[in-house]
Amino acid sequence: MDKVSVTLTVNGQSYSREVEPRTLLVHLIREGLGLTGTHVGCDTSSCGSCTVIVDGLAVKSCTLLAVQADGSEITTVEGLASNGELHPIQEGFWEMHGLQCGFCTPGFLMASLQLLERNPDPSEEEIRHELEGNYCRCTGYHNIVRAIRYAADKLSAAEAVAGD
Amino acid sequence: MYPESFSYHAPSTLDEALGLLAQHGDDAKLLAGGHSLLPAMKLRLSTPAHLVDLKGLRGQLQYIRDEGDTIAVGALSTHHQIHTSELLGSRAPLLAETAGHIGDMQVRNVGTLGGSLAHADPAGDFPAAILAAEADLVLQGAGGQRTVAATDFFQGFFETAAEPGEILIEVRVPVQKGGSSYQKFYHPASGYAICGVAAVIEGTNGTVSRCRVGVTGVSDAGYRATAVERALEGQTFSAELAASAAEQAAAGVDPLEDPFASADYRSHLARVHTRRALTAAWERN
Amino acid sequence: MDKGFVGQAVKRKEDPRFLTGTGSYVDDLNLAGQVHAAMVRSPFAHADIRSIDPSKALALPGVVAVIVGQDLVDAGINGLPVGWLLDGLKTPDHPSIAVGRARHVGEIVAAVIAEDRYLAEDAAGLVEVDYGTLPSVADVSDALKPGAPTVHDDAPGNICFEWSIGDKDATDAAFAEAAQTVSLTLRNQRLVANAIEPRASLAQFNAGTEEYTLYTTSQNPHVHRLLLAAFILGIPEHKLRVISPDIGGGFGSKIFNYPEEVIVLHAARKLKRPVKWTAKRSESFLSDSQGRDHATEAELAVDGSGRVTGLRVKTLAAMGAYLTTFAPAVPTYLYGTLMSGQYALPNIYCEVTGVFSHTVPVDAYRGAGRPEATFLVERIMDRMAQTLGEDPAEFRRKNFIGKDQFPYQTPVALSYDSGDYEPALDRALEMVDYRQFRQDQAEARRQGRYLGLGLSSYIEACGLAPSAVVGSLGAQAGQWESSLVRVAPTGIIEVFTGSHSHGQGHETAFAQIVADELGVELDAIEIVHGDTGKVPFGWGTYGSRSAAVGGSAVVTAVRKVRDKAQKIAAHLLEAREEDLEYVSGQFQVKGSPDQAVSFGDIALQAHLAHNYPEDLEPGLEASAFYDPSNFVYPFGTHIAVVEVSPETGATKLLRYVAVDDCGPLINPLIVAGQVHGGIAQGAGQALLEHAVYESDGQFLTGSYLDYAVPRAEHLPSFETDHTFTPSPHNPLGVKGIGEAGTIASSAAVANAVIDALSPFGITHLDMPLSSQRVWRAIRDAQPAAAAD
Repeated sequence: MDKVSVTLTVNGQSYSREVEPRTLLVHLIREGLGLTGTHVGCDTSSCGSCTVIVDGLAVKSCTLLAVQADGSEITTVEGLASNGELHPIQEGFWEMHGLQCGFCTPGFLMASLQLLERNPDPSEEEIRHELEGNYCRCTGYHNIVRAIRYAADKLSAAEAVAGD
Repeated sequence: MYPESFSYHAPSTLDEALGLLAQHGDDAKLLAGGHSLLPAMKLRLSTPAHLVDLKGLRGQLQYIRDEGDTIAVGALSTHHQIHTSELLGSRAPLLAETAGHIGDMQVRNVGTLGGSLAHADPAGDFPAAILAAEADLVLQGAGGQRTVAATDFFQGFFETAAEPGEILIEVRVPVQKGGSSYQKFYHPASGYAICGVAAVIEGTNGTVSRCRVGVTGVSDAGYRATAVERALEGQTFSAELAASAAEQAAAGVDPLEDPFASADYRSHLARVHTRRALTAAWERN
Repeated sequence: MDKGFVGQAVKRKEDPRFLTGTGSYVDDLNLAGQVHAAMVRSPFAHADIRSIDPSKALALPGVVAVIVGQDLVDAGINGLPVGWLLDGLKTPDHPSIAVGRARHVGEIVAAVIAEDRYLAEDAAGLVEVDYGTLPSVADVSDALKPGAPTVHDDAPGNICFEWSIGDKDATDAAFAEAAQTVSLTLRNQRLVANAIEPRASLAQFNAGTEEYTLYTTSQNPHVHRLLLAAFILGIPEHKLRVISPDIGGGFGSKIFNYPEEVIVLHAARKLKRPVKWTAKRSESFLSDSQGRDHATEAELAVDGSGRVTGLRVKTLAAMGAYLTTFAPAVPTYLYGTLMSGQYALPNIYCEVTGVFSHTVPVDAYRGAGRPEATFLVERIMDRMAQTLGEDPAEFRRKNFIGKDQFPYQTPVALSYDSGDYEPALDRALEMVDYRQFRQDQAEARRQGRYLGLGLSSYIEACGLAPSAVVGSLGAQAGQWESSLVRVAPTGIIEVFTGSHSHGQGHETAFAQIVADELGVELDAIEIVHGDTGKVPFGWGTYGSRSAAVGGSAVVTAVRKVRDKAQKIAAHLLEAREEDLEYVSGQFQVKGSPDQAVSFGDIALQAHLAHNYPEDLEPGLEASAFYDPSNFVYPFGTHIAVVEVSPETGATKLLRYVAVDDCGPLINPLIVAGQVHGGIAQGAGQALLEHAVYESDGQFLTGSYLDYAVPRAEHLPSFETDHTFTPSPHNPLGVKGIGEAGTIASSAAVANAVIDALSPFGITHLDMPLSSQRVWRAIRDAQPAAAAD
């Protein structure tokens, strides 16, 4: 089958690759670009381990063809920290023990990023509802909820300082 | 997890897309958000030889427009856009509310109204709302446009009134009069509707003047619970009336079954959620 | 010594790599020249494989090979062995690729190797298998019926084993004299472990040295190596290196040898190229060993004062179509031995029949036998309390083994070495505000709302295990653990452990132990695990054994290092060893802290050996092999509070209180995480999860669209606390906590739902307590209730 050319900006860096049209975005990211922080946990678009940000939207990269994302800007877990400084969401997961095996974690981090962007001060109930697209088998979600609250507080404190 | 090979097409105009459909016939599938089609392709349950990606038509088909008595929603509008649309929220809130119940945050970011309706999953959420809202669906074919009423659109298990070669381009939602509600019982695994009931009720001085009820998840296709509607219209609304009317929610329907919900349980849930939807809709009237 | 690290909620050392996407899971690894495997799996539960035609697959450009069962036989490769034998156990051959006949849906019938994963999948679809379908059976009870289809000719009647524990006659006598008895028929449903990382294996073969390297998702890489080399491939063990890097959860499912590992090793040798296989989730559902699946009849007897006097249990335990590594141990020694629970229960008799059926194999899943036992004991205790009209908390308390009764010999082999059950019960009741709840419950019922509270006072035996004991019970394995502590010249401490972390945080918890022993910072310590090329032989991580057994090995080894360092320090300080004390990372002369030598300086001298004791070997490392003298016995009381909708049957878990006693906590953060995750899995069993087979063995819940794993919305936040009863026999006093939450919680949640439903006269329902099951029970009960 003829290959198609896909150009992406991932974590600020531009990449061009020739792929089969059927190549899923997650496979391009993992195998084509070598960014293996984005994981695959299922084949039914359920578990959210593959969540990345495409043009500002959290998406399941297992449910997007690479070619559909041609020309887009993508952030993966590798792009969250800047200059060696963890993002407040990463920090929250670390502080609150929001991860155990770490496999689902990148997906949760990226989904949380969108969650907090849309709702900077979420209640526990809202956090639990908005995470319905991400599975974790280790934590029982208890500390994930706390991690996101931690990040919300940290981000709003930073906002308050910036606003001063 | 690994779709079969296909030829990929990314038309930039509707005419081009229609031309590709005409050329490849049954071998071609349209790709909108892809959140119904790609999961099927990953499991190789769907193996189109040609995939026609509509992303180039977003400029034309992704909109939510005020057209007076009607809100026109472009087929490529995402569930998230619909859920958060202020225009829909104020003038056709049933659709906006229902969109918030679909899938999950990530799915709502990408999945589209047109893709979802064209897929016609019997457990999808939109059919209930589209039916209760009495929306019209605009289909574009090579020979021109035609409009199909929601009640005529859903024809069976993954089956719609769209002819081969036609593209669903717009959903026209009448500005809502009265109150509405979508009540859903989630499948605990898939998150799809074991049963979803959308209701719109209009009335004054305690009397129901108009009632529309759409049901999804229960039958092989979304349907209007017309017996429920008839039982309410012209009557004085009461909790008892809502309950007795809701008894008709699955009348004449051959309910779906799966390991999670048998036919009788599904029918029961349809009755319960119909009553809840009627009650909530009336409160918002 | 400064404030120690043990007992502190230290943030995990391993987290930064997971948080930044730089962990290394098996599927993240790629080797030059690698090819990909895709499996052709049987769509039938039972079928003859008449022929396999790979020609169309092989004709596809980029397809490298198609491997069938006979190829493995011809290569001298044996089937997968069983690691635990029982008297009379039937051990039918378990080939990695079916030869002649497939016995469950998902069994591998061929493997395709191709240049890329998509292509391998295409080719797998082109392999033409001519099946002759045969009658099949899924359910354990059906499989025992006369005339049922037979899974293995060498296991007549589908009986894998018949096993019992306890004194039958004494128990029968207790029932004959009982003032009251209750009985319970229950199904402990089959589950799928569902680690979020699907299994994966990547094999490499070096033709020059004839050495294999296998990267694989393993909880116990040395066990994988031993069985693969010595039993399956028939190669010298040192020619196989098994590396289990970062692993995305195991929960038991990654203990066992799996066919795919054998296939990629064979293919890598044959093709002289690295071969990789990663499970699709749909394959995980069809090939990861599953859990639970018991059909049980149980009876409990009490005397006139309401004290339990006898428990009689008869269980049919599903084994699936083949025995995987530890399958026979799970429903026997990890189940029957737990029947005493926390209770002074003088007479117990438990019979278990292991049953083959045309289903995916069943083996250990988090808790492994102990959740099944706890569910049974805690359900039937509730049932008896209800029958006697006694409060379930007080009925339990009355029957607890008293704290002055330890060590307590149960009638089912175990000797509980320590325990104090009432404080945990009291604390849990206090946390949930039990009296207030009963008032709220009564008030809610008047409003037509159905609240329920369920208790589960559990015990578990973990910290597997004293080797001689398990050996006498049939284990073909030791159960000690190893550690090697190696100090570099710069003072950096590498700790090699046979335990394996796949989420449990060993890199932090073990470092805390070592840091305290040596008075150094955590950064100076590196915990190394998961690579048979690096770590000494060890048995791995399962059965809540890492802290109690692996941790004890670590502490034993590091104390040896410290003892040697003390000898070196004495030499350097020209002092007697006994005159030295170790303070803040240095040895100093008692009373003269200025006469001191740091651990770092000692490490350097140990390697230079310039100024060194004559009778001491250079270097600073020590290893330890720690074999525990007993199991450890964590216990606690968990309480669930639910509300059930009588209209839809839906249950909402409102509160969950867990009071656990796992001895001292090494890291409270990690312990809490283990408890939370454990609760979620047990609650998942109680309310949501069910691996459903059609009666003929077709698997109906083979995806996340059908099999409900708990999501954030399904669960509340958990309220946890601890009591502290140290284990008397290990150096840290610690007991396991990895499985406790799961062991306790399915019973707590189920008891809560039954409590909520008690106004309807409902006394038992099987799990999962799905909305449909609850609704149906209420519907069927209502006429009777109304008639009352």
